[in-house]
Parts: sequence; structure tokens; C-alpha cells
Amino acid sequence: MKRKKLMEKGMQGVFFISALASIIAVALICIFMFARGVPAIAEIGVFDFLGGTSWKPTDVPPSFGILPMIVGSLYVTAGAILVGVPIGLLCAIFMARFCPAWLYKFLKPMVNLLAGIPSIIYGFFGVVVMVPFVREHIGGPGKSILTASLLLGIMILPTVIGISESALRAVPDMYYEGSLALGATHERTCFKVIFPAARSGVLAAVVLGIGRAIGETMAVIMIAGNQPRLTADILQGIRTMTANIVLEMGYSEGLHQEALIATGVVLFVFILILNFSLSALQNRKKEA
Amino acid sequence: MKTAVNKFRDGFRARLRHPFSLLAFLLVWAAMLLTVAILAFIVIHILVNGIPYLTPSLFEWEYTSDNCSVVFAIINTLNIVGMALLIGVPIGIFAAIYLVEYAKRGNRVVRIIRLTTETLSGIPSIVYGLFGFIFFNNALGWGYSMMSGSFTVGIMILPLVIRSTEEALKSVPDSFREGSFGLGAGKLRTVFRVVLPSAIPGILAGIILAIGRVVGETAALIFTAGSITKVASGLFGAGRTLAIHMYLLSNEGLHVNESYATAVVLLVTVLLINLLASFVAKKLQKKF
Repeated sequence: MKRKKLMEKGMQGVFFISALASIIAVALICIFMFARGVPAIAEIGVFDFLGGTSWKPTDVPPSFGILPMIVGSLYVTAGAILVGVPIGLLCAIFMARFCPAWLYKFLKPMVNLLAGIPSIIYGFFGVVVMVPFVREHIGGPGKSILTASLLLGIMILPTVIGISESALRAVPDMYYEGSLALGATHERTCFKVIFPAARSGVLAAVVLGIGRAIGETMAVIMIAGNQPRLTADILQGIRTMTANIVLEMGYSEGLHQEALIATGVVLFVFILILNFSLSALQNRKKEA
Repeated sequence: MKTAVNKFRDGFRARLRHPFSLLAFLLVWAAMLLTVAILAFIVIHILVNGIPYLTPSLFEWEYTSDNCSVVFAIINTLNIVGMALLIGVPIGIFAAIYLVEYAKRGNRVVRIIRLTTETLSGIPSIVYGLFGFIFFNNALGWGYSMMSGSFTVGIMILPLVIRSTEEALKSVPDSFREGSFGLGAGKLRTVFRVVLPSAIPGILAGIILAIGRVVGETAALIFTAGSITKVASGLFGAGRTLAIHMYLLSNEGLHVNESYATAVVLLVTVLLINLLASFVAKKLQKKF
């Protein structure tokens, strides 16, 4: 009897410790990233690092300004949102309120497949199909902000669709019925009643889409051109923070490597801010 | 198909009197068709261009820069998948058991655990890669190795396993637990003999999705598992996985056909894994 009780307590302890694994992992990631990245930022100087426009890590003396990369990440993320969010939201409205049941059975797994395709496959597809297409029909070298935005827009579709679809489905039926009873058509009801009622979920979908786009690495690296420069021409290439890390990590050493890790820290901070605004958003929803 | 066309035509006619509704109706259908078309285009393009190059030489045991054999990469991938599951799955399941079966509602620790799990799922894979490089490769001194790689992706799949297990455990009705307690079973026995077996389909679907995620992973592994073109020699040996191989191969630009063929192997594997996951979730799901 006593042994059984000991076993119960012991296993409960094991479960508890396992549950702490997430906390430990996040703590370790924060500690080790910041411990390696922050001293580098301090050595380079916060303003020279975040605000510097020239990235020449192998020059003598080297310059480590990542502003072009930060702007590059923001460019392609904004582009991805412009492409992916409208299509994704319309698609979510279709799946939640228009889709016949027999079609839904195929459509839902297809959206999940879109989420399951590895980013490297998207990147390869971008290189062999989209880059030549943009080069020949739109202009520029092909590897550009525009191409990266289009591909990232496709890649965030499943995130946007999935989250906003469940938000749209969660709107109570009486909203729909009430609107129809007042004489509105099905479409007017979906766009002007149900969609606004689901807006906090839709916003969460957009925030998650931003997170996915800004953190995307392998696809962007293959099609964005990777030139660390400031440009406003969307047909020109650009380098994102993620691409900067992968491109140079392999051969970097010393302060150069630390600067790359620091680039990762900046990216990590962006993601943390997004995460916290997301959970703030969800808490507000619960209170409302 | 014919009924769908009829339905669309009827819907179209009924909306002719409401321009807004007509526009909205067309937009949601267009968004859906576009999404499906993009998915179909990516998959078909890669299959059509890659399948002709699935030659026997691609599957020769020894890798040379001529045959571009993928066998070594497949073995490394299996190695990493197996070890990542060994790390992530038990911890993830135990953590979910704690969260669902043991934790009291509104507990402070539980709230932090949920927040950190959310954070983990939002961290981009390149940040995991950097962390793995700093922590496992450097701080623990494991170097480029299967161990570093699989621990990194093991942490990465943790939120996925926790969330799917949680969902599965929650869907087991309380009457099962009450019945088990009523028959004199303890908490631990109830969890392992009654709750977990009923939750297996959901847990399994989550694990299969985690496998898909690891198979397609590049950014988190390239600086942890390394990029050597051979089968890793033991747990502390380095070696590239299929996704990394795909990236480096297509980046060289010399072997476009082999890149297509490798993309087919990767894509088909991931698609099958995803289909299997939804099949398992649907077919094995018990109706309570």
C-alpha cells in the first residue's frame, strides 16, 4: 500500500518535471542567445549595430550594421501580409461559411498539406518557377523583394486560413440568423456581421502569419537575392536577418560570428514581442 | 461535379440583384480556387519534373558528386527523427498529462507553462538552430553531431506533441475516469490504463505531424547536425539530412535534375506523413 502511494507521488513528480521542460527550454534559449549576442552588440555599439547601414564583416576595419537586414525582413514580411492575408481571409470565409460539406472534406486536408510542405521545397519552387517568371515578365533580376513577398504570402496561407477559419466558426449562429432575418443576404451577413464579430481571432491569425513570415529562412534565402542593402525598389534583391545568419554562419569566426548570433537575438526579440502581443490579444478576448 | 456547377450557377443567378453580394460571392470562390491551384501547381510541377530523374543511381549506397545519391541523407534523417522522437515524445506526453490530469485550474505555474509552450511554438527554426549551435555544439562540446541536431529538433517538436496530447486527453470523457476510480483504481492506474489508451489516436496524429516537421527541417539542423555528405558515424558523428542535402544541392545549381528528384523524395515523404496523420486521427478516433 505504501509502495503504491510512493509510486503515485513519484510519477506525479515526473509529470511535473516534464511539464517544466518548456519553461527550462525557453529559459535556456533566452540565456544562451542573450549571453552570446548582447556582448557583441555592446562591443559594436547599439546604434552602429541596429542603425548602421553597412554590413562588411570581412573588411578591415569591419562594419556590422544590420539596418538593411532589419528593413529587408520588414519589407518581405509586409509583402507577405499584403499577398497572403486577403487571400487567406477570403479562403477562410469560404471554408467556414460557403463550403459544401463534400468539398470541405478535400479542402481541409489540402490546406493542411500546404502547411506540411517543407520550406526548402517552397524555396526550390521559387527558384525554378517564380524567379524566372518575375525576371522575364515583370523585370529586375528575378531574385527580389517582390518574388520573396509572393512566395512568403503563399507560405503563410495555411496559418492565416486555419486560425481565422476557427475564429469565424466560433461566432454564434444567432448572429447569422439575426442578420438574415433583417433581410441581409448570406454574403452581406458573412462580411459585415460574422467577420467583424471574429476580428480578434482574425487579428491573431495575422499576427501568427507575421511571425511565420519574419522567421522564415530557407525559402527566403533562395529567392530574395541576399544583397545587404537599403532599397525601395521591390524588383531588387534584399537580405533578411534570417538569411544573414545562414549565409555567413558557416565560415564566420570571432566578432563576426558573435554579430551573426546578435542578429539572431534581434530576430528573437521581434518574435517575443509578437508572441506577447498575441497572448495579450487572447487575454483581452477572454475578458471581453 | 455536375451538381457543384449547377449550385454555382444557381447561386450566381440569385445574386445578380445584389452587386455587393455577387462580388463577395465571386471573391471567396476565387480565393479558394487560387489556393487549391497554387498547391496543385507546386506539387504537380515538382512531381512531373522530378520523377523522370528518380534513377537507380540516385539510390546507390556510396555518395559521389556524380550520382548525388540520397541514401546517406535518408539514413541520417531517420536517425535524427528517431532520436528527436525519443527526446520530445515522452517529455511532451508527460507534460500534457500533468497539464490535463494533475494541474489545478488557474495555477500560476500552469499559466507560465502554457505561455512558454506558446513561445516555443512561435520561435523560428533558425533561432533553434542558433541556440543548438551555441548550447549543444559549443557549450556542451558535442560539435556538429546527430546528438546536437536531434536535441535541437527534439525541443522544437515539444509544443506540437504537448498540444496534440492535451487535445486528445481532454476529449476523453470524465465518465471514463470516474468509472475507473469507482472500480478502485488509483490516479496513476487510471491515467495509464484508461485515459491514455483512449487518447492514442490523437497523440499518434500529433507524433506523425512532428515526424513531418523534422523531416522537412533545414534551418535548425544545418548548424547542429552539420552538412557532411556521409552517413553519420555514431551519435556524435556529423551528417546532413535529406532537407539540408536538398538545400545544398539546389544551391550549387549544377544538378538541377537531381535536385528535382531529391525534391520528389522529400515532398512525397512529407505528403504521405501528413496524409497518414489525418487518416490516423480520423480512422482510429473512437466515438465517445
